[in-house]
Order: sequence, then C-alpha cells, then structure tokens
Amino acid sequence: MNKNMDKGVWVFIEQRDGEVQKVSLELLGKGRQLADQLETKVTALIMGDNVASKAQELIYCGADEVIIAEDPLLKIYMTEPYTKVMSELIEEKNPDIVLIGASSIGRDLAPRVSARVYTGLTADCTSLEIDEETKSLLMTRPAFGGNIMATIICPDHRPQMSTVRPGVMVEMEMDTTRKGEIVKVKPKLSNDDINIEILEIVKEKKQKVKIEEAGVLISGGRGLGKAEGFESLKLLATELGGLVSGSRAVVDAGWLDRDYQVGQTGKTVRPEVYFACGISGAIQHVAGMEESEFIIAINKNPEAPIFEVADVGVVGDVNKVIPALIEELKTLKDNK
Amino acid sequence: MRIIVCIKQVPDTTEVRLDPKTGTLIREGVPSIINPDDKSGLEAALKLKDEKNAHVTVLTMGPPQADVALREALAMGADKAILLTDRAFAGSDTWATSCTLAAAINKLGYDLIIAGRQAIDGDTAQVGPQIAEHLKLPQVSYVENLSVDGEDLILKRVFEDGYHLIKVKTPCLITTLKEMNEARYMSVGGIFDSYREKEVEVWSLKDIEVDHNNLGLSGSPTKVKKSFTKGAKSAGKQYNVEAKEAAKIIVDKLREKYII
Repeated sequence: MNKNMDKGVWVFIEQRDGEVQKVSLELLGKGRQLADQLETKVTALIMGDNVASKAQELIYCGADEVIIAEDPLLKIYMTEPYTKVMSELIEEKNPDIVLIGASSIGRDLAPRVSARVYTGLTADCTSLEIDEETKSLLMTRPAFGGNIMATIICPDHRPQMSTVRPGVMVEMEMDTTRKGEIVKVKPKLSNDDINIEILEIVKEKKQKVKIEEAGVLISGGRGLGKAEGFESLKLLATELGGLVSGSRAVVDAGWLDRDYQVGQTGKTVRPEVYFACGISGAIQHVAGMEESEFIIAINKNPEAPIFEVADVGVVGDVNKVIPALIEELKTLKDNK
Repeated sequence: MRIIVCIKQVPDTTEVRLDPKTGTLIREGVPSIINPDDKSGLEAALKLKDEKNAHVTVLTMGPPQADVALREALAMGADKAILLTDRAFAGSDTWATSCTLAAAINKLGYDLIIAGRQAIDGDTAQVGPQIAEHLKLPQVSYVENLSVDGEDLILKRVFEDGYHLIKVKTPCLITTLKEMNEARYMSVGGIFDSYREKEVEVWSLKDIEVDHNNLGLSGSPTKVKKSFTKGAKSAGKQYNVEAKEAAKIIVDKLREKYII
C-alpha cells in the first residue's frame, strides 16, 4: 500500500485577528494538487480562539479535513503555544507533508516546529512537486546566493516541511459544493506554556497600497545611479496608474522602503506590466517577478540577465529612456 | 550579562552577478562581510556592553577564513571570539548547523543569545529559532528594538502589519533585523587589538559535546537532490536604439496590452 495513503498533506492556516491570511489559501491550492497526485487528503490546521467559523471556507478552498485547535492562549500568535500544539498534532497524526506560509509568523513557527519534531525544513520554496518514483516531495528554491536553483528532498524524516512566500502559489477557485470533515481538538495548554508577555500590540497601516496588487509596476535598481532616480519612475507610475517598486540593492541602499522590495526576500508580484529599470536581474529578483504578464527591461548592459526574462528589452540609459517615455505618453495624451 | 552573538560570514553581494555565458556566480572580487542582520545584533550586544557592562562573545561556524569576520567583531569591541571549524561540519543544513552551534553555546554559558534574523546568502531564517529549540529557550524573532529591564528584556517584535512589544525573561534567544541598528565601525585601536591582543579561539568537533548523528552532510535531514541554473523563459526582442525611439516602442507595446 502506498505509505502516503492515510497521512496526508497539511497546511498551516495562519490567522490574524481571526482572519485567514491569503498565503494559507494559496497553500491549500498547492496542497490540493499535491494530495491529488498522492491520492491522499488535504488537512487545514487552524489554531486560534473562536476560529471554527472559518472551517467551511477552508473546505471550499481545497481542504478535505479541517483541524480546529481553539484556546484563548492561541488567540494571538506566540511561538511556544503554537509550536507545542502543532508539534503534538504532527507527532500524533504523522502527516507526510506540512506547508507553512513564509510570513513573519510562519518563519518563526516553522523552524521551531521542525526542530521539535526532528525533521528537515526547506525555506521559501518556489516550486513543490511530487517525485513520480519515490512519491517524495521535491522542494525547489533559489540557493547559493540566488544564482542557482536547488531541489531539496527530505528522504529519511517526516513530515517533509516547507515554507512558501505569499504570492508564489495560486489559490484554487472556491468551490462551494466541496465537502469536508471538521475535527475539533482540545489543546493541552496552560499558563506554563506562555514564556513571553505581550505588553502592547500595535497595528500599523504603513502600506495602504500593496505592490502585490498593482497592475503596473515600475521597478528600479542600482542602475538608476542614485536615490533621485526614483523621481522619474514615480512620474511614470502616475502616468500609467501603477506603483513604484525596487530591487533589494536599492532597498539596502536606503533609496526605497522595504515594503516595496520585489524578489525572493521581498514581495512576489505578477502585474500585467513590469518595468525593470536598471535592474540587472539576479535570480533573487527574477524569482519575485518572472510571473508578470509582460516584462519590459531597460538596462545599459546588453548582457544583463534581466533581458533573458524580458518580453521587451531596451539597451540604454534608464535615466534617458524613462523621461523620454514620460514625454511620449504626455504627447499622446495631449493629442487626444 | 553574558551575551553570545552568532554571526555568519557571507559574500557581500545583494545582487549576485552572473556569468551570462555559463549562468554561474562570479565569485572573484566579491568580498566577504559579516551578515547584515547579524552585525546589527552584534551592535545591540556592544551597546549593552557600553551601558551595562555586558560580556560579548561572538561565535561563528564556518571555514577557517571566517576568522576575518570574527576579527572584525573583536575590532568593533567584542570580548571573545570562537570559530567552530571542522571537516565534520561541512555540508550542514540548518538542523545540523543549529545542533552544532547549540552545543558550542551550551559549553559557553549565557544569559542572552543573539542571532541575525537571516543570512543574505541562504535567506532561511531557520538557524536562530532552531538553536532556541535545541536549548529549550524562549525565542523572540524579528526584533527591531531592545532594552533591558532587570532580568527581563523589552523587545519590539515586528510583523508585516505592525509590531508587538514583548517582555521576556533571560535566558532567551532573539533574532535581530538589520534595521535595528547602524553598526559601529571598527576602531583603529580595535583593529590592532584584534590581531595582537585578542585571540580567536578555534574549536573543532572534539571541543564540543554533540550527537555525531546530527553533524554535517550525513546529519542533515534535508539533502540537495540536484541544482541547476535557472532555465529562463525565451527572451523577447532586444532593442539598442535612441531613448526617443525606445519610448515609442514601449508605448506601442503598452497599447497592444491595453495599458494605455
């Protein structure tokens, strides 16, 4: 018998203030595909306080089973109670695969859980597939500084755990005819499991507009030469109703806020049009934007790797091409 | 307060340059640095040394060349430096790395362990929390601010949509963000001392107590099955024309796509 038959694919459902995070639904979509290939079931694990009402939606989004672990101590994310509950459930039910969103919560929880249950963990996977032969999980991620892709396996330990960044996988279309099983478990938690004290919770709406949701992105890189280079990108963004984003280099240089960073350590985006302005195109960056519908790259260096993923490549000085483009767009508008 | 700061030496490259012909990383001329998140954590520790007379030990696991990163930490003001190096550690994934580091930390004694949130060459953010788990310590990751209140730490723990102000008792482990601190420069006297007065202790496998099943490549639950340079989608057309001409081409494409 297929050893995977009864173990299944688990997806950690991240909730904040009772709201299921989008990345978790994306992972349910991926989990569904993997489970179908393995002929097994998808289990959504949700921890929190009063979160049972979310179960139906999770079934509609791909889960065959929803495990609900409710406790007042799980209301707000804290490392230890979440780790304890999740690790004990994993040890009890032995899932084959566990997927976790690579958010600031998932990246805190996943390593702690993997160490507690003694298994491997692969961070920020960009592709997850099942090996036809061994039925094991092939976890692919950029490695060695980002220029090479590595496919990682976890041959001798279970579960096979991986984290995936928001926006990498695609959620399945909600199917309200789907049926599933809802299982409530009572976590064994006490105040002894709380090893930190949250003094204050501050919500910051520092970013109303999200680059992940923009239709047009004007992205700048080191090739702009200086922070002021972003001024013309902003003008272009205004002209096209888009947003400005950038590579890690410009964020590290302090030219742009981290919220607007595209790439493996930033946001994964797939706009209708992506302008790469003075961006060389390291795999770390490309991993975050290659799914864009249409890519326009402007770079001085005709050999820049960004041209390999661009639909249109312009070899030239970005500080000349962008102003010319703005000019062209304005003329067009005036003539209308 | 005894503080151990875990640092990693990484190539100073945020946008890796590729050889366009072979698709591989161009390593020549890429200098090594202390990983930025770690350096920020080191600065936090050195501030506690300045203000509260904390004792700061820097610890790294790596090849013998990682000595340079430790000397830099000493020159910045760290009291003690330990290089964990042994062929047996080669090929470690984050599990094996964290087991090895935890064993070294166990031998040292500590009140606070600081690790950078993640390294710019691996980006996993896993080793810090995994060390905390092996040592059964409370962890607070993504720390952007730290202050000491008696035996407790008050920490600003950052999330995508805000932050928590957290109180935690020592001993504990925190992972720090680059944004936390502007790290100090090495002083001239510090550089001198780091090579003349201070020493980097070199520890190998025989210096730590660790289960050998958890070491190096063979002790790593995850294995690299294959690695490959990324197959790019077929490149589009490249235009090497004047700016005005290029602008026209782009406008035409935007029209085709109904953007304008």
